Amino acid sequence: MTRTKQDPGAPGVKKRGARDLLEKGMNGLFFLCGLVAVAFVLFITAYLVISGLPAIRQIGLTDFLFGTEWASTNKTDPKFGILPFILTSIYGTAGAIVIGVPVGFLTAVFLSKLAPRRTAAVIRTAVDLLAGIPSVVYGLIGMTVLVPAVRVAFDLSSGATLLAAMVVLAVMILPSIISVSETALNAVPKEYEEASLALGATEIETYFRVSAPAAASGIAAAVVLGIGRAIGEAMAIMMVAGNVANMPGLFKSVRFLTTAIASEMSYSSVGSLQRNALFSIALVLFLFIMLINILLNALLKRDRNKG
Amino acid sequence: MKKTASMILSAALCVGLLAACGGNGGSTESAAPAESSAPAQSAAAALSGTVSTNGSTSMEKVMGALIEQFKTVEPGITVTYDPTGSGTGIEAASNGSADIGLSSRGLKDEEKANLTETVVAKDGIAVIVNPENGVEDLTVEQIAAIAKGEITNWSEVGGADGEIAFIGREAGSGTRGAFEELTETVDSCKYTQELTSTGAVITAVSTTPNAIGYASLSSVEDSVKALKVGGVECTEETVLDGTYAIQRPFVFATKTGSTLSEAAQAFYDFAMDPANAGLYTTAGVVPANS
Repeated sequence: MTRTKQDPGAPGVKKRGARDLLEKGMNGLFFLCGLVAVAFVLFITAYLVISGLPAIRQIGLTDFLFGTEWASTNKTDPKFGILPFILTSIYGTAGAIVIGVPVGFLTAVFLSKLAPRRTAAVIRTAVDLLAGIPSVVYGLIGMTVLVPAVRVAFDLSSGATLLAAMVVLAVMILPSIISVSETALNAVPKEYEEASLALGATEIETYFRVSAPAAASGIAAAVVLGIGRAIGEAMAIMMVAGNVANMPGLFKSVRFLTTAIASEMSYSSVGSLQRNALFSIALVLFLFIMLINILLNALLKRDRNKG
Repeated sequence: MKKTASMILSAALCVGLLAACGGNGGSTESAAPAESSAPAQSAAAALSGTVSTNGSTSMEKVMGALIEQFKTVEPGITVTYDPTGSGTGIEAASNGSADIGLSSRGLKDEEKANLTETVVAKDGIAVIVNPENGVEDLTVEQIAAIAKGEITNWSEVGGADGEIAFIGREAGSGTRGAFEELTETVDSCKYTQELTSTGAVITAVSTTPNAIGYASLSSVEDSVKALKVGGVECTEETVLDGTYAIQRPFVFATKTGSTLSEAAQAFYDFAMDPANAGLYTTAGVVPANS
């Protein structure tokens, strides 16, 4: 904003006026672009609320949220209870976290503190590539490799189970957990670790007793980010979870909130209670993801304030 | 926060893209008559324009064959096909966003209020098992009992000991609707897996030794084994002569009371022409007019 040289005289003034105009114009353009994002968020929120509420009102909030049966196309006695989907989404995500977080966290510690530079570069590239694989590919490989493996390993009639979905989700959330935790661990001041080492602690003791607690909120943010990814995933788990609206069980075929929407949307007729109920599921899912985002922002803010 | 914002933005862009697609669908329709009138002056016989069809994913092979052959007869007409699902196709036909809606089930009474149903072909629904399965023949009653979860082990129907995995399609699918209706198991099936495409069902059955599933006759591959139903093999002949029990119609749904555009009418007539019955046969279904 500081201008060291100013052209004296009329032409200079004119030029500056034009430049100011351009500057203002560009400012306006950027502002508009910013508004587009906000507008879409507001639009999607409003759309989901408007199209999601009628079915909830018709079904009844408690019947909808806590009903244990979903039979949307039953002509005589349709049931719209989404508790199986909610619990499946929660269990599935929890399972993914239980499997994914230890692996991801240890990978992050390795990358941040222990790995030789070249090894770290190779692993980091692999992790980035893992993040770039489309979810349908995870689904395809899960369907053709993991599902039969689960069936054989646990002697089931079909391997498309909650367990298979958990494993797929765990692999899918690894990249975000690794990269966010690694960033948090890298940000731990060197002095902490040096002090710990100087006091006679071993490297491993230092990383787990000093570095990890210092990076705790960053790691928590990584976990929450992983939860967000896992709960919103549809394509991959649709191909491995079997999609039957059962109450969740580790070796049962299950349907998630996301897959409930995806699997019935294409065939539901517009304006029917079934279609509206799918929007209501979307609304519930949206609220879940909002909650997770709020939690994530709170964690990141705490992290920043502390730093 | 940045990540969230970018994710939301990309989602929003997708919505925008979809909206744009919808807009195109409408505009091509209005453009079609204008386009067809221009060359009509120069060459009276050749038509031009766009015909939009939308609906059943099961009809993909049939539509592919029809569209390809139609292109050689009427090169000026572009026929589009959106494989969205029977429900969407019927909706598209009734709201005018498609010239012809494609359904792989008969229209419901409330849908017949403003739509006309034309059966163009019949499709047999094959009951498929893993090639390793020793069972060759089931009755419709046995299939229904398996679907309802009353029979849970292959040994009960003459096979080797093994828990049955019943793999089907998602609620609303034309194939599932037809299967459940034809086996009288509507809303009472106990599925082990509900998959969203015929291909997924075939893949799942081919990789699961104790699986049983269903798929269009036209989609059945060598990776799975089609069972005989009541002693009748599932072939085009048995579907045509009606001896094979599990079969369904392929339907063109058009709006009642409004005439099709010239181009759409030409495609409709082409599809109904007995001379083109061979196209259905090559697509694995049985033509209604032959």
